[in-house]
Amino acid sequence: MSTPILEMKNIVKEFPGVKALNNVSFQVAEGEIHCLVGENGAGKSTLMKVLSGVYPHGSYTGDIVFGGNVQKFRNISDSEKAGIAIIYQELALIPEMTVYENIFLGHELKKGYLVDWDETIKRAGEMLKKVRLNINPAEKVKDLGVGKQQLVEIAKALSKEVKLLILDEPTSALNEGDSENLLNLLRSLRENGVTCVLISHKLKEVIEIADTVTVLRDGQTIVTLDAHKGEVTENILIKHMVGREINNIYPPREHKISDEIVLEVKNWSAYDPSIGRQILKDVNFNVKKGEIVGFAGLMGSGRTELALSMFGNHDNYRIQGEMFVKGKKQHFNLPENAIHAGVAYVTEDRKGDGLILIQDVKQNVTLANLMEIASNVGVVDDNAEVKVANEYKSSLNIKTPSVEQKVSNLSGGNQQKVSLAKWLFVKPDILILDEPTRGIDVGAKYEIYTIMSRLVQQGMSIIMISSELPEVLGMSDRIYIVSSGKIAGEMPIAEATQEKIMKLATD
Amino acid sequence: MFFNNIAKQLKQNIRDYGMYIVLFVIMAIFTITTNGTFISSRNISNLMDQVGYIAVLAVGMTLVIVIRHIDLSVGFLSGFIGAIAAIAMKYWGFPIYAVIPLALGLGVLAGGIVGFLVAEVQIPAFVATLAGWLIYRGAILLVLMSTGTVITSDSAFNAIGNGFIPDIPDFGFLPGVHKITLVLGVIAIIWFIFSELGSRKNKQEYGFEVLPMDMFVLKLVFISIVVGLITYELSGYNGMSWTLAIVLVVVLIYDFVTNRTVLGRHIYAVGGNPEAAALSGIDVKKVTYFVFCSMGALCGLSGILFTSRLRSATPTAGTLFELDAIAAAYVGGVSAAGGVGKVTGSLIGALVMISLTSGMNLMGIDISYQYIARGTILAAAVIFDVVTRTRAK
Repeated sequence: MSTPILEMKNIVKEFPGVKALNNVSFQVAEGEIHCLVGENGAGKSTLMKVLSGVYPHGSYTGDIVFGGNVQKFRNISDSEKAGIAIIYQELALIPEMTVYENIFLGHELKKGYLVDWDETIKRAGEMLKKVRLNINPAEKVKDLGVGKQQLVEIAKALSKEVKLLILDEPTSALNEGDSENLLNLLRSLRENGVTCVLISHKLKEVIEIADTVTVLRDGQTIVTLDAHKGEVTENILIKHMVGREINNIYPPREHKISDEIVLEVKNWSAYDPSIGRQILKDVNFNVKKGEIVGFAGLMGSGRTELALSMFGNHDNYRIQGEMFVKGKKQHFNLPENAIHAGVAYVTEDRKGDGLILIQDVKQNVTLANLMEIASNVGVVDDNAEVKVANEYKSSLNIKTPSVEQKVSNLSGGNQQKVSLAKWLFVKPDILILDEPTRGIDVGAKYEIYTIMSRLVQQGMSIIMISSELPEVLGMSDRIYIVSSGKIAGEMPIAEATQEKIMKLATD
Repeated sequence: MFFNNIAKQLKQNIRDYGMYIVLFVIMAIFTITTNGTFISSRNISNLMDQVGYIAVLAVGMTLVIVIRHIDLSVGFLSGFIGAIAAIAMKYWGFPIYAVIPLALGLGVLAGGIVGFLVAEVQIPAFVATLAGWLIYRGAILLVLMSTGTVITSDSAFNAIGNGFIPDIPDFGFLPGVHKITLVLGVIAIIWFIFSELGSRKNKQEYGFEVLPMDMFVLKLVFISIVVGLITYELSGYNGMSWTLAIVLVVVLIYDFVTNRTVLGRHIYAVGGNPEAAALSGIDVKKVTYFVFCSMGALCGLSGILFTSRLRSATPTAGTLFELDAIAAAYVGGVSAAGGVGKVTGSLIGALVMISLTSGMNLMGIDISYQYIARGTILAAAVIFDVVTRTRAK
């Protein structure tokens, strides 16, 4: 092993209530391709944000040694000056600008006080050649495909004389040809002395390209493996990634599943015109009355899109396929229609599109079913509203001084319970929960699980979308694994293991 | 202790009470600087009539801003509809009971067009209504091109902006006092006290926090005195004007709709978080249509009030109304971030802006300083909104 270009020692990064990184050490040798793998929430992105100065020096503990010197980055431009460039999943290009403008954005080539456009265009052409992209630098970025945009990002990083290039899930949005192209480019950059850290969920590609692999889990470094010694295989990686114990924090499974199928989806495909991509392909599944069906898979695999496309298609996807709710063929044009048919969807991002933070608990609880507490002409009965809100406050144990408290003042767990209360108040038959326990503490998690158990015992059916495998295994009766917009597998709970699921999800 | 309580209440609820305090301070200052002319019955009566056509626009604008849009076209739309109303009466022989529905209907139609552009075509409201601003400006000039200013001679129509509600005949009791106005004022105070007591009792039953008793009494006494004073002033002059009656009815209806109905909840939900509202089964497009159509109808009403007040339709009618209405809404506590704002607040905001104009006119302050003063108040109101909101976090 040659000298390390980067050494991160004993990094600890805490957020209120969570230790995101717990004593992580990470070493990258000069000139290698180093892959960083781990489940969602393992701490990969946090680690990279610490490295790039998004979380400035002082907000974490531990040392970063880069190029032989201890670094104290205060912001991204500090780390860029030192020679570190990060390319995120969401590309940071400006679509309305040309390729050459984008490449030199923020470090424009100048002649005196003016931008030297001739030199810029010439240099941009050289950079594009380096990333083997054969386009006119004067094209606008928005006219390029995602694969080419990614290469422009890399060209932009190279133009800053980058020593360490970090790519966060670069191939997640690419098709196979573009992915292969990108991996080849990384190999040729390695030959030119650029060191590269690749964060990826696609284990096949990790095995194909990595010199070294580091596995993170729950904010800790689990192991660093050397590919040239044959230490990197799919089974070994999965074993290290999922090694988490399933603690006994789930309520006993006393579900009474009937044979009645309440929801069936057939050959369901969806195309998102806003990003120009097929997001769901031939999805088939069903849910029985009183059953909790887990939808496992990685972030971006299409699970949320599946829920949204079924629940009134708010994002205007082009949908093909059939859906049967309680035996009746349905097609919902608006969330309102789905709600009337007995379907409820608790969103993944409770702050972004779940709750109205500036309103109080009672207003949020009743929002989706106001007519229930209003007269025929639509005058809301304030007393009935308070009564309803108080009922849910006690039955779901929402910890708030009163139902007139603004939701923004509640903790994450209690906000989630308000979100849940809102959807229980529409009295659904099928409840879709999207990451129901994200970002909430263990106690609140257990309470949510208990509520879910109670609901299915009362005959409700639950679809639980979750990235946390222990939770999927602990709560579901049956599991579908989603990968790249397709159902990659289905298994009853008795046959499911973390390893099996992870293998299908990372295919 | 008592004053500590007052200070504490004011501090906690500064966002709710802020504009009332501002209005009070402005009125007090002008009363002093004009040696009492400002607070005279005649001036207060005039003030209420002047505020009318801006207040109804500000009420509609409140909802538009609450759902995170803006409407720049309201001024010239009012002017245009006012011109059509005048022409309809003078040249087409429309009676007043046909002209009013015509004006409101035209307004709803115009609002529907903006609603369509914003909700369906997804054009930013700023651009769509800026286009409306230009188009209606041209339309006023066009319809008045051959006739110039159109004088309205219908006395019933002109009474809307200039007349007063009738009174019972003088029978020797309280001569020179407008008795119906006095009775209405007394009824308003009694109704206010009873509804406050009722809502306090209700809240206590549910175990909610209520104002301490002394603060509650203070609030009741203060508002009763304010309403009583205004009633006293008005009844000592000509009584309540038709304009004030119309504005009060509009504000009461809108206050009821926004606070008590499902529709009102949906409007605030869309403003508070459009994504969450849509995913909660609220038809955001429908809400957008409603808000712009209501804005249009109020433009029609504003056009009638203004035309009637001037007893004529002029080519410059409606100039800068939109900015006064927007300013009134912001001064009245509507949040630029959406989802927050009361129509009653906007009424107070309109009163603040008109009081400034009226008071400075009485003092003989040059128009240049007037604009600067109004601009400063507007900026201060929005700064206040942003600062108190970020502090609350």
